[in-house]
Amino acid sequence: MTTRSWNDLRIEVIIGALLRTGVILAAAVVLFGAVVFLAQHGREVAAHGVFRGEPESLTSVNGIIQGVLHLSGKAIIQLGLLILIATPVARVAFSAVAFAIERDYLYVWITLFVLAVLLYSLLGSH
Amino acid sequence: MNVLEFSALVGLGSLLAGFLGALTGLGGGVVVVPMLALLFHVDIRYAIGASLVSVIATSSGAAAAYVREGYSNIRIGMFLETATTVGAIAGAAIAMYVSGSAIAIVFGLVLLYSAFLSSRDRVEHGEHLPSSNLATKLRLNGSYPTASGMQPYNVRGVPAGYGLMLGAGVLSGLLGIGSGAVKVLAMDQAMKIPFKVSTTTSNFMIGVTAAASAGLYLARGYIAPGVAMPVMLGVLAGALIGARVLVKARVKVLRYVFAAVIVVLGVEMIFNGVTGRL
Repeated sequence: MTTRSWNDLRIEVIIGALLRTGVILAAAVVLFGAVVFLAQHGREVAAHGVFRGEPESLTSVNGIIQGVLHLSGKAIIQLGLLILIATPVARVAFSAVAFAIERDYLYVWITLFVLAVLLYSLLGSH
Repeated sequence: MNVLEFSALVGLGSLLAGFLGALTGLGGGVVVVPMLALLFHVDIRYAIGASLVSVIATSSGAAAAYVREGYSNIRIGMFLETATTVGAIAGAAIAMYVSGSAIAIVFGLVLLYSAFLSSRDRVEHGEHLPSSNLATKLRLNGSYPTASGMQPYNVRGVPAGYGLMLGAGVLSGLLGIGSGAVKVLAMDQAMKIPFKVSTTTSNFMIGVTAAASAGLYLARGYIAPGVAMPVMLGVLAGALIGARVLVKARVKVLRYVFAAVIVVLGVEMIFNGVTGRL
């Protein structure tokens, strides 16, 4: 099994495109958020020396979406970061489908395990 | 310092970190946290959250290119990700309970180790070893493109590599870095995977590993948009420029310089951790 199948190659091309799209989209959203954020808060004093923990509105998917609707720069940045974090998760989800198409069931299970761990971290830890 | 100045300076520093990280193959994450904590006096937890995000960006960006070239082994990556993601969640959980000083000391030690590893020359194992039973069962063996056509390779030492990957995951979740050095150690040294395959597969895995702990960091309020924004954009831009220059640069000299910088930062981190300043 040392030759690479046509399917393998096609899957790799799709994964590559998926990753690139996710990163570009995330960077664009963060950049837009940065402009809004700096226009809103650029003149304030930067204070990150003491850890307070970000408020609920910037740590949960719901809170972030609410903030984006109110055009909060911070919330738009967080949305971009959320897209970025979701990019590898989408890559793993796609791999599970790809292994299923190849009928490689051992790797379908391995991939689903990784996906479950990622989803737990993103959604289950609140 | 106002927010505008802070963003500009951190963005520039991150650009430089991403640029050097890409050129030397060490990744920008290892210098971003000390830069934020020591230079900009950002709380180490915010620094780690921001670094984690930049690690996902550079890893995914670079992996997109490597996957197409056919170096990375998707099965090895996915199998080992079962270890790194579980480790990353454990690391992120530990980070919530230990003090910033303790994290700074561990960070310093990892910096020193990374510098040591990068200053050694890497030698490709020439011998063609038989595959282990477990590796065959898991279908980890593969082939990669070389100048003389596709070169098949066999994988060994799966349990040892898996254990090291758990450790790499814990460090990644605890310190907000890619742990590329430990990942390559596991694949290159323990599992005897060809160097080109282990570095690219490691890079491929870093994004998923970092995403596993980033979710927890975000939920716990460790990712501050004001810090993460300039770091993510800066490191990503720097890494993109670095990848373009890579072909022409004299990487060897740069690698030593960067290793020296990392040693200094490592000693600083340990000193500040021991004296309780971080």
